[in-house]
Amino acid sequence: MLQQIEGSRAIACGIALCRPEVVCAYPITPQTHIVEALSEMVRTGELENCEYINVESEFAALSVAIGASSAGARSYTATASQGLLYMAEAVYNAGGLGLPIVMTIGNRAIGAPINIWNDHSDSMALRDAGWIQLYAETNQEALDLHIQAFKLAEALSCPVMVCVDGFILTHAYEQIEIPEAGKVDAFLPPFDPVQVLDCMDPVSIGAMVGPEAFMEVRYLQHYKQLRALEMIPEIAKEFSEQFGRDSGGLARPYRIADAETVVVALGSVNGTVKDVVDEMREEGHLIGSLCVVSFRPFPLMEVRACLENSRRVVVLEKSFSVGLGGPLSDGVRKSLSGIALRGYTVIAGLGGRAITKKSLKGIFAKAEMDELELLNFLDLDHEIVARQIMRERETRRSGPIAENLLKSIGTVASRIA
Amino acid sequence: MSLQPVKFYQTGTFTVGNRLLDESLRTVQANMQRTNSLNSGHRACQGCGEALGARYAIDAAMRATKNRVIATNATGCLEVFSTPYPETSWQIPWMHSVFGNAASVATGIAAALKVKKKSDVRVIAQGGDGGTTDIGFACLSGMFERNDDVLYLCYDNEAYMNTGVQRSSATPPGARTATTPAVGIHPGNAFGTGKNLPLIAMAHQIPYVATASVANLHDLEAKVEKAMGICGARYIHIYVPCPLGWGSSPSDTIKVARLAVETGLFPLFEAEHGEIVSRIPIRNKVPVEEYLKLQKRFAHLFGEDRSAIAMIQEIADRNIRKFGLEEA
Amino acid sequence: MKKPFAITLDPGSSLANHTGSWRTERPVYVDRLPPCNHACPAGEDIQGWLYHAEGGEYRKAWESLMKNNPFPAIMGRVCYHPCEGACNRGKLDESVGIHAVERFLGDEAIRRRWLPEVTAEPSGRHVLVVGSGPSGLSCAYHLRLMGHQVVIMEAESRAGGMMRYGIPQYRLPRDVLDAEISRIASMGVEIRLNAKVADIMDVIEGYDAAFLAVGAHIAKRAYIPAGDASRIIDAVSLLHGMEENSATLLGKRVVVYGGGNTAIDAARTAKRLGAEEPLIVYRRTRERMPAHESELQEAIEEGIRFKWLSTVKRMEEGSITVEKMILDDAGFPQPTGEFETIGADSLVLALGQESELDLLKSVPDIETANGSVKVDSSMMTNHPGIFAGGDMVPSEKTVTAGIGHGKKAARNIDAWLRNEKFSPPEKHEIASFDMLNTWYYSDAPKIRQKALDLARRQSTFEEVIHGLSEENALFEARRCLSCGNCFECDNCYGVCPDNAVIKLGPGSRFRFNYDFCKGCGLCAAECPCGAIQMVPESI
Repeated sequence: MLQQIEGSRAIACGIALCRPEVVCAYPITPQTHIVEALSEMVRTGELENCEYINVESEFAALSVAIGASSAGARSYTATASQGLLYMAEAVYNAGGLGLPIVMTIGNRAIGAPINIWNDHSDSMALRDAGWIQLYAETNQEALDLHIQAFKLAEALSCPVMVCVDGFILTHAYEQIEIPEAGKVDAFLPPFDPVQVLDCMDPVSIGAMVGPEAFMEVRYLQHYKQLRALEMIPEIAKEFSEQFGRDSGGLARPYRIADAETVVVALGSVNGTVKDVVDEMREEGHLIGSLCVVSFRPFPLMEVRACLENSRRVVVLEKSFSVGLGGPLSDGVRKSLSGIALRGYTVIAGLGGRAITKKSLKGIFAKAEMDELELLNFLDLDHEIVARQIMRERETRRSGPIAENLLKSIGTVASRIA
Repeated sequence: MSLQPVKFYQTGTFTVGNRLLDESLRTVQANMQRTNSLNSGHRACQGCGEALGARYAIDAAMRATKNRVIATNATGCLEVFSTPYPETSWQIPWMHSVFGNAASVATGIAAALKVKKKSDVRVIAQGGDGGTTDIGFACLSGMFERNDDVLYLCYDNEAYMNTGVQRSSATPPGARTATTPAVGIHPGNAFGTGKNLPLIAMAHQIPYVATASVANLHDLEAKVEKAMGICGARYIHIYVPCPLGWGSSPSDTIKVARLAVETGLFPLFEAEHGEIVSRIPIRNKVPVEEYLKLQKRFAHLFGEDRSAIAMIQEIADRNIRKFGLEEA
Repeated sequence: MKKPFAITLDPGSSLANHTGSWRTERPVYVDRLPPCNHACPAGEDIQGWLYHAEGGEYRKAWESLMKNNPFPAIMGRVCYHPCEGACNRGKLDESVGIHAVERFLGDEAIRRRWLPEVTAEPSGRHVLVVGSGPSGLSCAYHLRLMGHQVVIMEAESRAGGMMRYGIPQYRLPRDVLDAEISRIASMGVEIRLNAKVADIMDVIEGYDAAFLAVGAHIAKRAYIPAGDASRIIDAVSLLHGMEENSATLLGKRVVVYGGGNTAIDAARTAKRLGAEEPLIVYRRTRERMPAHESELQEAIEEGIRFKWLSTVKRMEEGSITVEKMILDDAGFPQPTGEFETIGADSLVLALGQESELDLLKSVPDIETANGSVKVDSSMMTNHPGIFAGGDMVPSEKTVTAGIGHGKKAARNIDAWLRNEKFSPPEKHEIASFDMLNTWYYSDAPKIRQKALDLARRQSTFEEVIHGLSEENALFEARRCLSCGNCFECDNCYGVCPDNAVIKLGPGSRFRFNYDFCKGCGLCAAECPCGAIQMVPESI
């Protein structure tokens, strides 16, 4: 059924259709409306057989999910930003234990400075925790990915993060197709856990593993992600057949057939990028784009296949590895091993800075002329930065701070000098 | 001569069992069919109070629930010595996640069981004092506050033993630890610090809070059994001496625990909905020296200046007054 | 369940890890010697029979008791119970009332007509026992259990020796005495009464060995100048006469001279015969009086008076003269020259007894001294095959010691008859109080036995001290700490942090599983009764 609905609410509807048995959430640090909507659905009975637990922190939220999942319940939680980092230890733990928890990340920046707006810093910080990370381009895809995520997680016994751009998607009202319950039930079988805490068949879960087997445990975690590379397209295909639309998969190319320049990005920014591609195509530019859906596992072969015939790649990142560049770029570069093409990283939209078509067009045009640096910052106010850098430089080199301040204001300077 | 009913046994009611006692009055530990929830072959130190306390408590819970127990475990000695790959000593469904979340993981399990309509299966969370009073405190308080259907067992050995005997907020005043060395003007752990978790648990008004000791098995089992008969959040704080960390003889583990009770330093009581409903009176009151002198962690208190011992005696006396430990 | 690698493990799999290799000391179960057993002159396994009594298994308890002592009902009344003095529980609250439980078992056996069974094959050997006092009867009983034929020759018209002719009825009712003696007779021991042995060599023909236990019936005398009308008699005759229904006329004012149990028996008997306030004159102090404290107490209750530090110098009609004494540094009484006259109708001398050793006169190599026969450690006199015991050999002259002699002699005679030497089993280490962990024992005050009311005590020969009810006997038995001997309290099984104690089931105790025992010693420390010992491992 097509509905005009907020992204968060749509995702909540999708989660409810997956019939989670335990939903736990900490209300804010920050949170989206997803858990609020789910809490209402549990209260009203719209979502049956579900325990909704309002916990005291994000760390507890995921911990509750870990317990619930270990006891065989389909478990869900959502978080973002600081909250995700606060649960970091548990994120790794769920990954290490292979518990098929699905967690929505309403992507947002991480402080300091404190900031509540969108970028990918949060989920990127936990990219190596052993979770599958899927990035939604649209709210429709966000909803669809959650349904696929449970299927994938439970098939592999591996937790999945569905990353949805905060505000841009989560708070946006759009027309969204909410699937029928029967169809979701047909697509997603009941949870059949690989390991479960059962009095009839007791096991100890979470043993201490020393040097003699730790590497193997880690490798087996990696192997699950390799398996996911095969399963994600299969699940997307099956989803498409059942629901009549394409969502998910590993990566989606757009107009790359003859593209000399390909823009690679995660998440909702791909919509803007595609608009810019269309506009530039109209103007005769040979440009295309690639939307990476699965960041973990990273689809090296698929990305390579999309890029190997182009001349340059521009990686548009909503996350910044301070001191180096962007995490998406690392994957893209790795996928191009041995291929000589130019690669640029553009850091954009940090802390919710708007990514405009105009700015993108400008930077893509510069890229086409290979006038970009390896690392670029979209719409960075160079003047402010330069002034601050200059001041710090001066402050550090000359006399007492107070005097410098007076100097910069311009008063009394002549007399002292 | 007045007739005395034959309820007195050669050993009274203080031993683990006794052939003369009715089966129902013997402890779970006396039973040949006890579950040994924590099996032989674990790697706890000789005379480990925590290994003992854990088996006592979980076996009792197993009997009370007809073997329907799932337990979580915070990181710590108990977790490490019981489950180093490739062997586990646990005979029950058991799970370790991380250091600070045993209570939350248990909440999750309880929630799952509720959804699955397995109301006969009960959930226990276990942690050492560090995992309970410090790093796991937020999760524990949350579990209490929500009145989740979990029994939390804190095995209190009064410091971080697994990592080399560092101070926790359960370390008693005067005690030497790796982070409160016995040097300076005020050697050992500072007076006026630390937290009393049973009282904090009571402040949550949860249905049941109790303290127990490995030195009083009958009481410990009765409390666990009682706790297993109650729904909602429950907390039992079990006193488990650590020969390694306390510098006591492995053979003195129970003696030290007994003296902690008999001095008044570790009151045994139970509380329902925030109100104390029973306490175990001290049988033979003992000065704190008797307790302190068995432990090297207090050895520095026995120098020329004995004022710290006097202060510890004051703590004991205050406990005795406050909890009414001298009433019959 | 297809378990994930390494992080998920099969239950209880740690059994593969044998932590026993950590051990530097190993616990072992031991049976230590309880101090009561050690102190018992009759060699009773007191803790052993209390163990059965605790469980309400009185028959078993009695049978266990009877292995060492054929007179539980008598001993439970007249023994001065050194066991209770040694009892570790005395250091905790009060010693266990062992004698009271013993008496209860003895009375129970009489009431229920329990009989010991002779299961040994007849040996074909014959042993003569001279004297049917506690020692002789005990020896005969044990010999009989071993399969030997025993004949007892008794000079008196009834059996029992000093148990009958020395101990007043109010302490030992005669039906009890008769019952326990007749039980021995019923086992096939022949008791020939009125058969005084004048010379042992005359009667020994036909016997393979002999045990002499004629007791000490001759009163020691002291020279006391006395007028013609003075009545001076000895306590032995007084007490003997009571049994012959020929009570001596003593008058109202009776003075007893002496400080032993016999003096007290004489005074209490005099009281019952109508003396107003019998007076015991003793040359030393109360503390140094050899009489047992409980006897003394009972005597005081009944109105017996005492005059300490006094010797009787002479007797005239209606009075005696005593000299006040003073104890010297060595504790010996020394005369002071101060005299006092006390009204007295009669003076009873209770100054000790000695044996009549005439029957040994023609035994060639016998050795005697101070009215006693010398015996070796096997109770044998210098004459091979002739053994002696009881009051006629140097020893503590008590019923219990006599019973112990009888048993010891029987064992040695049995060995001697087989040309062997009896060697007693090695004694275990004593379970001293410091080996116990008394925390585990409940506080439980000793049960006092009821006593006859005072008026009747002063006028009749009814038994003074009453027995325990079954309930109270059980309670008292259960006060036993079981020193040094496992009583299956399950402590070791419970307190082992490594589950390394295997419980073998009721009556079978426990076993250590050394595969897992780390040697922490908690089991030994928490064993209430000191039945576990830590032994260094040879590393």
